[in-house]
Amino acid sequence: MDLASAKVIGAGLAAIGVGMAALGVGNVFGSFLEGALRNPGAADGQQGRLFIGFAAAELLGLIAFVIAILILFVVK
Amino acid sequence: MAAEAEGSGIDPMHQFLVEPLFGRHLTFAGYDLSFTNSALFMVITAAVLWLFMLGGMKRELVPGRWQAAVEGMTSFVSNMMTTNIGPEGKKFTPYVFSLFMFILFANLIGLFPLGVVPGWHPFTVTSHITLTAVLAFFSFAIVLIVGFARHGLHFFALFVPHGTPKVMIPLIFVIELASFLVRPFSLGLRLFVAMTAGHILLDVFASFVVQGFNASGPLGWVVAILSFVMIVGISALELLVSAIQAYVFALLTSLYLNDAVNLH
Repeated sequence: MDLASAKVIGAGLAAIGVGMAALGVGNVFGSFLEGALRNPGAADGQQGRLFIGFAAAELLGLIAFVIAILILFVVK
Repeated sequence: MAAEAEGSGIDPMHQFLVEPLFGRHLTFAGYDLSFTNSALFMVITAAVLWLFMLGGMKRELVPGRWQAAVEGMTSFVSNMMTTNIGPEGKKFTPYVFSLFMFILFANLIGLFPLGVVPGWHPFTVTSHITLTAVLAFFSFAIVLIVGFARHGLHFFALFVPHGTPKVMIPLIFVIELASFLVRPFSLGLRLFVAMTAGHILLDVFASFVVQGFNASGPLGWVVAILSFVMIVGISALELLVSAIQAYVFALLTSLYLNDAVNLH
């Protein structure tokens, strides 16, 4: 396999990580909603933690995207 | 580049090109000091932000619409600082407010459909790590300065949580130190990549619309119309992402400041 095809395949594999982050972000908001519907009074106080969890889960997906971009444009 | 090699005509990276305005380079002592499109959009962001704040600083007893909008923003940030840091967070509110508003306005101006004006190219300054990393390093520097000024060398206690067993202290210290040092990079990277990815996505679907109509056939039109609907949806999502990323940047800055001020 030549390098050009290997790069494209590698970038495609890195995109799986972005999909995994979608699962993570969905899990964060889904669990928050589940808890918030049980105790709506406590939900507003936890929004900061909700977004911290969202940011942590999202960052790992964005790093997978950076890896894909690095493979495509930087690897020679 | 892979996209160009196929000759498909989609080059979503072109929109991120930093180039001097009117193609004029200004070199001084070996450095390129040209006024670039990036600098232009930073100035535009600052000017719009200044106008927005100016309109809301009339200090009327019964606020009008504009003043209510500005006061909503300021009270939002100052509430966030009070809940995350406590009463001492008030000192840092001006910095975090400037950070939040600048990132928010830069994100939104980057999404503004300036491209419909011939000869104009919209540019998102926050889609460049040069800008986001500098903002992140500002935050990190303030955390370090405040932490060492308030606690002296006791600031290193941040890396050893309470109740850590004696045997684990060296290991925990290294791990906590690594996670502390990665903070500015993750902070800058998150904003930069989120904006870049969104704009690449918009550009790819916009290319589908143009190429679909040029393909001369009902199938091309179907693709073009579906892509256009997609663009409308993604634009709405990008507006949400703009606000969330600005909020997350300000929120994480306030959390890191909380570490420096209160040491757990």
